[in-house]
Amino acid sequence: MKENYYSTEQLLMFYRKMVLIREFEERVKFLFLEGIMPGTIHQYQGQEACAVGVCSALKKGDIITTTHRPHGHCIAMGMDIKSIMAELFGKVTGCCRGKGGSMHMGDIEKGVVPGIAIVGGGIPIATGIGFGFKMKNMPNVAVCFMGDGATNEGTFHESLNMASVWNLPVVYVVENNFYGASTHVSLVMKVEKISERASAYRISGITIDGNDVIKVYETAMEAVEKARSGGGPTLIELLTYRITGHSRRDPATYQPPEEKKKALENEPIKKFTSFLLSRGVSKEIIESIREEVKIEIEEAVKYAMESEYPLPEDTLNDLFA
Amino acid sequence: MARLTIAEALREAIREEMRRDENVYCIGEDIGIPGGWGGAFTVTLGLEKEFPDRIINTPISEAGFFGVALGSSLIGLRPIIDVQYGDFLFCAMDQIANQIAKLRYMSGGKVKIPIVIRAPVGVTGRGAQHSQMMEPFFHCLPGIKIVVPATAYDAKGLLKTAVRDDNPVLIFEHKLLYGAKGVRSESGSIDASSEIPEEEYTIPFGKAVVRKQGKDITIIATLLMMYRAYEAAQILEEQGISVEVIDPRSLVPFDWETVKKSIAKTGRVIIVEESPRRGGIGAEIAATIAEEMLDFLIAPVRRIAAPDTPAPFSPVMEKFYVPSTERIVQTVKEIINISS
Repeated sequence: MKENYYSTEQLLMFYRKMVLIREFEERVKFLFLEGIMPGTIHQYQGQEACAVGVCSALKKGDIITTTHRPHGHCIAMGMDIKSIMAELFGKVTGCCRGKGGSMHMGDIEKGVVPGIAIVGGGIPIATGIGFGFKMKNMPNVAVCFMGDGATNEGTFHESLNMASVWNLPVVYVVENNFYGASTHVSLVMKVEKISERASAYRISGITIDGNDVIKVYETAMEAVEKARSGGGPTLIELLTYRITGHSRRDPATYQPPEEKKKALENEPIKKFTSFLLSRGVSKEIIESIREEVKIEIEEAVKYAMESEYPLPEDTLNDLFA
Repeated sequence: MARLTIAEALREAIREEMRRDENVYCIGEDIGIPGGWGGAFTVTLGLEKEFPDRIINTPISEAGFFGVALGSSLIGLRPIIDVQYGDFLFCAMDQIANQIAKLRYMSGGKVKIPIVIRAPVGVTGRGAQHSQMMEPFFHCLPGIKIVVPATAYDAKGLLKTAVRDDNPVLIFEHKLLYGAKGVRSESGSIDASSEIPEEEYTIPFGKAVVRKQGKDITIIATLLMMYRAYEAAQILEEQGISVEVIDPRSLVPFDWETVKKSIAKTGRVIIVEESPRRGGIGAEIAATIAEEMLDFLIAPVRRIAAPDTPAPFSPVMEKFYVPSTERIVQTVKEIINISS
């Protein structure tokens, strides 16, 4: 970690974004369990450093694809949490006007492709965005977020092969949280590191601690700038952990207690808070950021709950341009 | 004016559209290879000479390159996807059905997906996995338009419209109608060539063509079946039965007005299709006619379709499988007999 290169302001920006995601998810979980929020949710608690570290390395015009677990990526890309919250409630003010919901959210204006909740579905799409950037000679990069499970999909292999053959500006980011729904990664692949799979396509692969936001940021920065300057794709594996269930009311009883305990000690916000304190940032500042964030989230909840639903007949719109 | 086959007319349409708009490009398997085929049926043959960077040959990765096309369309490119056989669309089904068809809708109308997918179909001597008619699998899928050109004139005009459309468009091209030449020629082909005007033209979707006027019975048929229906109509004409043949040209959107007008005149209707009867296009057309045009009918709606089996290989069985001109003639006579 080259932490001395960072200003306190930048470090607090990382912190704020991670806390915004965490508090947002905790609030959503509560709303959901109370039965106030409809649908289903896949939450991001524990993986915040991945989204914040990677998305902080991007420039305007860069585009990401996300997954069925998209809230963290959307927030990290700077989408308005009011429009995210409203989408979760199925309101017309949502980022997809109520047609997407939790799993399909995004906003292309903010560089987030909406709508990709099929595991592995986004990998060729991100590859195509990179292909388009290259064909149109644009100085941009596509980033493809996926989970460990997606790397067993055919699209993963097809896409990495094409990105390699065509030398595309795409960064593939695998957030390895060790579980595909309830299945541990060791049951479904023999490789020790998912990044080993990059070698099959002769592209760079690297595995790092995905709970270390600065390490994630630096690794992403290097891969993104390499892609931007014509150096081709990279596969980054971020080792992390989902400290909540897979979806909805999943109590994650398949995660052994010892493993969970260890994960909670190593979770990214706790880890980064200790680091900030060691850098001399005061507890008061850290606490005040948390309070600010909570207020922002309450405003978003209020906005979402007070927003109108779409008209039932709006079902019939938006099919064709 | 020049007489072109469907393969040539499609090639000219692609060439003109690529000249007109630099965002248009072709992507698929075995295209753009010097000394190669220009796709399975020669449609893109030689285009790489004029557009070396925009005829993109892919690995055999259908799900992959359909996704690539989609991703590229999100930033303003306008891909024309080339699949070797329509049957291979299943390999890319997640990208087509879950992503391409739904992305605009799920985004609340905030993205455009200008993608053309060209897919050869037709029961043509190859057995079950290279001979399917694919229309029914996509007809029930909201978010994709479906075009079925039976002549070279239509193929050119409809493809140009498809490329300019801001939505996904599937074009089903029939292997026996291409008029592909050389090593890629197709045995049993029939001539679907047309005189193609020098000046540019496009053909709007949702506008059927009445291929033959008639007053006793209406036959609705696309692609190869349109030719069979037309041939049957000629035979029946000599026997004093006047058949109207409608070629819808696009299935989504569908020209109900032309169908309605025809049935109002004839009171009888047959839908001929090359795919299995169950859940076919004919079922949808017949149901809508039953709901909305029953008052016009003086005989039950009939479907002539393939049996509910995969396409067989043996030429003997294949002949049994695909609706024939004789079967159409016979069915028309039956309907006329019971309703005269």
